[in-house]
Amino acid sequence: MPTVTMTVNGMERSGTVEGRTLLVEFLREHLGLTGTHVGCDTSQCGACVVHVNGTSVKSCTCLAAQADGAEVTTIEGLANGSDLHPMQEAFREHHGLQCGFCTPGMVMSAVDLASQNSDPSEHEVREWLEGNLCRCTGYHNIVKAVQAGARAMGGGS
Amino acid sequence: MSANGSGIGASVKRKEDTRFLTGRGRYTDDINLPGQLYGYILRSPVAHANIGGIDTSAAAAAPGVHAIFTGSDMEGVGGIPTGWLIHSKDGSPMVEPAHPALALGKVRYVGDCVAIVVAETREQAKEAANLVDVDYRDLPAVASIEAAEANGAAQVFDEAPGNVCYDWEVGDRAATDAAFENAAHVVSIDVVNNRLVPNAIEPRAAIANFDPATSEYTLYTTSQNPHLVRLLLGAFVLGLPEHKLRIVAPDVGGGFGSKIPHYAEEAILTWTAGRLGRPVKWTCERIDAFKSDTHGRDHISTAKLALDADGKFLGLHVTTKANLGAYLSTFATCVPTYLYGILFAGPYTTPAVYCEVKSFFTNTVPVDALRGAGRPEATYLLERLVDKAAHELGMDRVEIRRKNFVREFPYQTPVALQYDQGDYDATLDLALDASDWAGFEARRAESAARGKLRGIGISTFIEACGIAPSAVVGSLGARAGLYESGSVRVHPTGSVSVFTGTHSHGQGHETTFAQIVSDMLGVDFDAVDVVHGDSAKIPFGMGTYGSRSLAVGGTAIYLAVEKVIEKGRKIAAHLLEASVEDIEFENGSFTVAGTDRSKSLGEVALTAYVPHNYPEGLEPGLEETAFYDPLNFTFPAGTHVAEVEVDPETGEVEVVAVTGADDVGRIINPMIVDGQLHGGLAHGIGQALLEECLYQDDGQLQTGSYLDYTMPRAADLPSFSINHNTTLCTHNPLGVKGVGEVGSIGVPPAVINAVIDALRPLGVNDMAMPATSQRVWQAIQQAQG
Repeated sequence: MPTVTMTVNGMERSGTVEGRTLLVEFLREHLGLTGTHVGCDTSQCGACVVHVNGTSVKSCTCLAAQADGAEVTTIEGLANGSDLHPMQEAFREHHGLQCGFCTPGMVMSAVDLASQNSDPSEHEVREWLEGNLCRCTGYHNIVKAVQAGARAMGGGS
Repeated sequence: MSANGSGIGASVKRKEDTRFLTGRGRYTDDINLPGQLYGYILRSPVAHANIGGIDTSAAAAAPGVHAIFTGSDMEGVGGIPTGWLIHSKDGSPMVEPAHPALALGKVRYVGDCVAIVVAETREQAKEAANLVDVDYRDLPAVASIEAAEANGAAQVFDEAPGNVCYDWEVGDRAATDAAFENAAHVVSIDVVNNRLVPNAIEPRAAIANFDPATSEYTLYTTSQNPHLVRLLLGAFVLGLPEHKLRIVAPDVGGGFGSKIPHYAEEAILTWTAGRLGRPVKWTCERIDAFKSDTHGRDHISTAKLALDADGKFLGLHVTTKANLGAYLSTFATCVPTYLYGILFAGPYTTPAVYCEVKSFFTNTVPVDALRGAGRPEATYLLERLVDKAAHELGMDRVEIRRKNFVREFPYQTPVALQYDQGDYDATLDLALDASDWAGFEARRAESAARGKLRGIGISTFIEACGIAPSAVVGSLGARAGLYESGSVRVHPTGSVSVFTGTHSHGQGHETTFAQIVSDMLGVDFDAVDVVHGDSAKIPFGMGTYGSRSLAVGGTAIYLAVEKVIEKGRKIAAHLLEASVEDIEFENGSFTVAGTDRSKSLGEVALTAYVPHNYPEGLEPGLEETAFYDPLNFTFPAGTHVAEVEVDPETGEVEVVAVTGADDVGRIINPMIVDGQLHGGLAHGIGQALLEECLYQDDGQLQTGSYLDYTMPRAADLPSFSINHNTTLCTHNPLGVKGVGEVGSIGVPPAVINAVIDALRPLGVNDMAMPATSQRVWQAIQQAQG
C-alpha cells in the first residue's frame, strides 16, 4: 500500500493508504480531522470541501494519493489560534449556519471565492455555491455571510 | 431583557457556532470507540419478494469479516413499533403488521434491511456484503397509491386487504353535507401532494456498544429524540430496561422529521454489539439514505368548498388517500390524520368541515413526518382551493380570505382544535405591504415587456405546534405523552447547567434556552450552558419535532427556573432574617421588599451547597426539575406571498420574491427565528418547484441520489423578506408558539398560486407540484392547443 505525505494545516503528515483511499477518508479516519464531513456519494453536497494547494476541492472526489506532496487546509486549520478566520466570523455574525454539518464545506468554498473576488454580488455568491447543499438555512444568511466575509478578507486579513 | 443584552428578545450570537465553525462539532460518525467493528446493512434491491434463502458462506469467509446476521438470527427479537394507533370510521383499529428489523422471509421495499455484515473495516464489510447470496423470488409490487388500491393489486401484507391500513375521518359529515345542500357555489379541486425525501445533509449513523462490566448498552445515534429511541428500542424491540440502555444523540446534522423515527438499523446495531461484545459502527451512505430514511407527504386528495352568494365559506369536504410505505414508521399513522385533518378550518370560520383519509401500504420506503408533517399537506390543499374559489366566483383573492377570517378568540373549530389567539388581518396586511401587492400589476407589465410572465400568489394559514395535551392525544391513540422535561442546576458559585429533553439539531437551543434562563435568573449568558441529547444526563424527554421545543421544552425550563427562584427565596429569607413573603427576586438578587438588604443568587447558591446557616427542614442544593404538559397546541399563523417570473419559451420558473408575515408568538432570539423561517421557506419552495420522489411501477426508486432528486441550491432561491406581527400564546408563560415548520407549511401554495397567476392569461388554471420547467412548458403547450 502506498505511503502518502502531505502538509495538512501546516504540519507534515504521512500515512499508509490503499490506492482507493479518498482524501476525505485519509483526513477523517487516518488523521482524525473530523471537521471535514461526508454528506453524499456523488460529489454534489460539498460538505467535504477542503483546500488543496489553495484551491477548494471536494475531498470525496480526490484520492489521498492525488494529494501526495500537496498543501492541504481543512476547516480545523482556518482559525488563527482562538481567533476565528474572517469568513468563520462572518458566518457566526450573520447566522450562516444552523446544524453545522454543511458548514465546514461552505466556509472553505467561500474562502476560495473570496480569494478570487473580494466583493462578490449576491448573484455571484449564489452561483459559486452551486456545489454546496444546505438544508437548514435556505442560503439567505449564508449569502450574507459570504459577502461580509469576503469584504473582511479583502480588508487585509 | 437582562442588563447584558443577551436576554429574551436579543439576537444573541449562538453558543454552538464556534465548535461548528472550527470543525469541532461532534457528530455520530466523528465518534470512534476502541475495538470497534464496522457494520454494513445489506438492503433489498427489489421492492417485493419472498426470500427463498440466504447463503452467507462466501461472505463469512471474506477478509476481516466477524459475523453476518440475517432475519432468522433476530427472530424472536421484537419488531419495530409504531407510536400511534388510529381507528377507522367503523371503530376498528388500524392494521398494524409486524416490522422485523431484519427482513424475515419477505422484503417489502427497495432498501428493506436484509442482513448486517460486520467486519474489521468499513470497506471489508461492504465488499463482503456483495458476496451474500440472497434468493429473491420476485412478487408483483405496488409502488403508488393508485397501484395499491387497484382491483387485484398485489398485497403488501396479507392481513391488510386492499392494502388499506385504516379509513379515518374527522368532523361532522352530516353537517357538512347539509352545508353543500344550501350552498350558492361549490368549488372542487384535485391535488397531489408530492412525495419528498427529507435529505438532512448529515446521513444517519449509529455506534452501539455493550459493556459486560455493567451490562449496559450505549447507542450513539443521529436522533431528534434519544429518549423516544430508548423507550421504543428498550421496551418494545430488545426488551432492555431503561437503566441499562443509554442513548446519545450528539451533534446531529439536521433532521426535518427524518430523524424522529426509531429505525431498524438502531435495533440491529445494538443487538449485534451485544452478540459480539464489541462496538459496532454504521454510517449510512447517501445512496442508502434515499432508500431508507423515511420519506414525506405523498397524498392524493379531492376536496370541495361550499360558499354562499357572497363568498362566505359554508362547508369543506376533503377526501384524501395517503401513502404510508411498506411499514408503519414511528409517527407514520398520525401524520395524515391528527396532524392533517384537524387543520382544515385553517384561519377561516368555515362552520362545517369533514375530512376522511384512507391510508395505504405500498412497496416503498416508509413515510413519516417531514418538516410540517401533515400541516403542509392540509395548507396546500386549502389555499389552492380558496384561490380557485376566488377565481370561479370572480372575487379578489385577498378579499375572499379576509371575508372568512376568524376574528374572535378563543375559537372552536369544527375539527377539534381550539385556537387561543391570533390576528390574521394583521399578518395579511403586513404581507400585502411588505410585498407591495398593490404595485404588482406594474411589475407584471415590466416582465411582459421582457417577454416574461409574472405572477403573484398568496397563502394565509395557521399551523398547530407543540402537539398536546398528553391525555387528549392518548385518547386519540398516541402511545406516548407529549410533555417535556427541563432541569436547572445552579452550581455552588452561581453558574448554571440546564438540562432539556428536547434535542437541538440546528435550532440553536443551546443559545435560546440559555437566554431564557440568563434573563430569568439574572446571571451572565456565558454562565449558562444547555445540555441535551444524552439519556444518561437528562431526566426524560420527548425530543424535538412539530415545532415543540420552545413552547413545550422552553416552558418546562421556565417552570424549573421558577422553582429554583422559589427555593432561593426561602434561603434568602433565612439569611436576611426576613419572611419569605417579603423576598423579591429581580436581576439576580433576592431583596427584602422596600429595603436595600439583599443576597445575590451566587450567595444563595453557595449557601444551598454549604448549608451551615440554613433554613430548618429545607433540603440542601439548588437544582429543580419540571415536567410540562401543555393545555393545548400553539397556533402560529401568517401570510406568505410569492412572486414568480415564468419564461414561456422554456417553462422555467424563477422565484423573484418571497414575503413572509408571521405570528410565531413571543420571539426569544430574532436572529434564530428568522433563520428558521428562511430554512422552512426554502424547503417549501423546494417542494413547490423542484423536489419529487419518483418510483417506477416495479418499485425501483428513480430519484435515488442528488443527481436525480433536485435539492434547492443557492441559485434557485431569492433572499427572503421576513416580517413579524406578534400575538402571545395564552396558555404558556412565555407566550411562545413555534417557528421551525412555518415556511414549509405556508409557502408552497403561495408559489403554486403565483405560477397559476402567471399562466392564467394563457388559459392555464391548474399546476401540480413540483412546477418544473417541463411541467410548466407542457401546460403552456396544452393550453395553447
